[in-house]
Amino acid sequence: MTTTKPLLGAPTARLEAREKVTGTARYATDYPTDRTAYAWPVPATVVRGEITAIDATAALADPAVLAVLSHQNAPRLRETDDPFVTVLQSPRINHRGQYVALAVATSLEAARAAAEAIRVTYRCEPHDVVLTPDHPGLYKPDEVGVGMPADREHGDFDTTYANARVRIDVVYETPALHNHPMEPHSATALWDGDELTVYDSNQDSSGVQQALARLFGLAADKVHVVNEHVGGGFGSKGSARAPVVLAAMAARTVRRPVKLALPRNQLAATIGYRAPTIQRIRVGADAEGHIHALAHELVTQTATVGEFVEFAAVPTRTMYHAPHSRTTHRVTRLDVPAPSWMRAPGECPGMFALESAMDELALACGLDPVELRLRNEPTVEPDTGLPYSSRHLVECLREGARRFGWHDRDARIATSREGRFLIGSGVAASTYPAFVMPSHAEAHAAADGGYEVRVSASDIGTGARTVLAQIAAEALGVPLDSVRVRVGSSDLPPASVAGGSSGTASWGWPVHKACTELRRRLAECGHAVPEQGITVAADIAEELDDREDFARHAFGAQFAEVQVDPVTGETRVRRLLGVFAAGRILNPRTARSQFIGGMTMGLGMALLEGSTMDREFGDYAERDLASYHVPACADVPEIDVHWIDEEDPHLNPMGSKGIGEIGIVGTAAAIANAVHHATGVRLRALPIHPDALLTRLADQLGLA
Amino acid sequence: MGAMTAVTLNVNGERFSRELDNRTTLLDLLREHAHLSGVKKGCDHGQCGACTVLLDGRRVNSCLLLAVAMDGTEITTIEGLSDGTTLHPLQRAFVDHDAFQCGFCTPGQICSAVGAIAEARAGWPSAVTAHDAPPGPVELTVPEVRERMSGNLCRCGAYVNIVSAVREVAR
Ligand code: FES
Ligand code: FES
Repeated sequence: MTTTKPLLGAPTARLEAREKVTGTARYATDYPTDRTAYAWPVPATVVRGEITAIDATAALADPAVLAVLSHQNAPRLRETDDPFVTVLQSPRINHRGQYVALAVATSLEAARAAAEAIRVTYRCEPHDVVLTPDHPGLYKPDEVGVGMPADREHGDFDTTYANARVRIDVVYETPALHNHPMEPHSATALWDGDELTVYDSNQDSSGVQQALARLFGLAADKVHVVNEHVGGGFGSKGSARAPVVLAAMAARTVRRPVKLALPRNQLAATIGYRAPTIQRIRVGADAEGHIHALAHELVTQTATVGEFVEFAAVPTRTMYHAPHSRTTHRVTRLDVPAPSWMRAPGECPGMFALESAMDELALACGLDPVELRLRNEPTVEPDTGLPYSSRHLVECLREGARRFGWHDRDARIATSREGRFLIGSGVAASTYPAFVMPSHAEAHAAADGGYEVRVSASDIGTGARTVLAQIAAEALGVPLDSVRVRVGSSDLPPASVAGGSSGTASWGWPVHKACTELRRRLAECGHAVPEQGITVAADIAEELDDREDFARHAFGAQFAEVQVDPVTGETRVRRLLGVFAAGRILNPRTARSQFIGGMTMGLGMALLEGSTMDREFGDYAERDLASYHVPACADVPEIDVHWIDEEDPHLNPMGSKGIGEIGIVGTAAAIANAVHHATGVRLRALPIHPDALLTRLADQLGLA
Repeated sequence: MGAMTAVTLNVNGERFSRELDNRTTLLDLLREHAHLSGVKKGCDHGQCGACTVLLDGRRVNSCLLLAVAMDGTEITTIEGLSDGTTLHPLQRAFVDHDAFQCGFCTPGQICSAVGAIAEARAGWPSAVTAHDAPPGPVELTVPEVRERMSGNLCRCGAYVNIVSAVREVAR
């Protein structure tokens, strides 16, 4: 019954790998259904106003068209303030692209043609869609993220900053960024009387179950949400989105199963995005680079319905020793689509700004950027005064510098060349909190000697299914292949969202607890398992209540080498290296893939990604994958990932911190800092596109 | 109701015959009519490669082809690459190199890689092949694989592992 090699820390291959490479893994619209109908949503073509008429005559003329839904006839939903699920309930238009109608037909082709044939008339009102640093609507939100204060102030920032020997006062900008998981948000909905089953592409089957039950006025156990395989989410599937609600409405109306996969070019307006940010950073330091005053002031946008604040100043509360500090968030309501979570919300854009400013400070002090960070290492978390459960940023920086060959570089600006290319390198730190959320799990021992673990976890490509099997098998002391893991359904014990890099901790903990107890019971009964088996349920509410106060974060250091073509202005990343300290790494194989994946998305943020708000039309101009550029294979160099073995007894029984998001944090700053090192040009607005770089390069190189 | 046309094609070695709406794409034929849901729709616009299948042995974006124009062709999808027990070498390599995360782009990546390897063997140059390269098979170096696989987006960012998986099989 015992295994020799520890399963935690083993590079186990994904349990669902075979399904994924043979095409048998089922995603939300892959389930065969009978008499399937297809739905196609119709987006608003005005920014703000009201629908005055909807003419569906032409659409309904096709006998294949089963229904056209709009606010006039769609099933009524219970009220909520969630803009993502409040669909077809009112004639009000809050942003361009908001859904105004839904065509349902017996074929995809007919549904699409019907959607195009629906005529909607509007009464328009003037709109305001452009974020500016001094927008008159800016206000201080009650809180940011989950319960964090909008503003924090320590000491006397203004005086200390004014008297500082070295001062940096800079503004960074990040554009709107879009999650664009490869699987568009999709759902298949089936009603059986008053019971609803949905196959939905989401990161939280329990959460979507609750949302649908509320919206349709059903008991939660009458709603079944299946998300066995999910084609990526990156935050944008963290809660229910329109497709699952629309599909359920349509299925109820036409009394058939309904499939709905969002057309790619509708995603930018309907599923959330990372809001653009304007971030002012001021750092006051002494000549040796010790920070005395640090301010991070953020301006961003939210929609007129709901509120989401990209909490980018938050990481500054954790990173560096700064006795006099200020972090603030200001947000304005615009007539734009609702922003939401995107991989490392807050930390990702915030650390671009902070880590770029650290680079500027290093130069101003004449210090190596790695050394500058070492000099400002705090002993306790600056904002809370709490001790860190573990913090190994220094080790990550040192190890990264050694592996990258950082100290062998020519530190002078714009001096290294290879052929016509300008070569540069940059460094930045990464950080992400180690969250854990309440979850339940069950462990079952069958009479035949097999085990089953049940938890409504969501494996969105993280490898959750695999790591949970490892945790269970290790806690049970049995071989991996005797454990079956069931995830991906709201019928399983309720669990938290696959978000905030909290999955493994939140689901693994109750799995570990249930399995440990099951093992004890099995030992007690001498492994005489009754016919119906033995089931142990566990939740971690008590453990979470009893946790000691610590600042719990993962840290990392990223190094980038770039080449800039002074003729075209094109930047290419030649090498990326990351070293992370994220507790115990439970599966090096899938962990490495996640770190690399995050860094790849960070590369996209640095050089490629961004969309522009169209002032007149009020929507994001880059809505498809031909205009919104996510990294392609040829954009991505070798990415080298390492980690520090980190023992942290204050986390969870596995000793792990989350790793899904930290990889994207810091990458853009490391690349932008490398571009500066290569060229002497500091571009403070992302992405670093050739046109922006070329203009500044010409000045810099005296070519103007 | 759209105008209908009868189409017959061979999908994964089996004859498939159907009267189809003229607006149906090859991708929707495969997914909605042949129930081969391994082929994926990421964009429906030829921009992501998730729908890649082999058409008479060559890789194509099935979302850009009309089904009615496919009469008499031979299509291979991800489901047709292995016999159900033994994985195709590329499928094996993708597993071994952890060349995916969510897996949604994976069927397209693998079909694309099959096509890319065949193209290189047939001596087709890519944008990074040297202009003065001798005729004959092109060696699939890292830059060659990156270039040739760039029609298949992977938002999970599995490219590093995809490149090593494809290289292993191409060797
Ligand atoms: S679905 Fe065909 S290329 Fe994207
Ligand atoms: S594995 Fe998720 S998009 Fe490629």
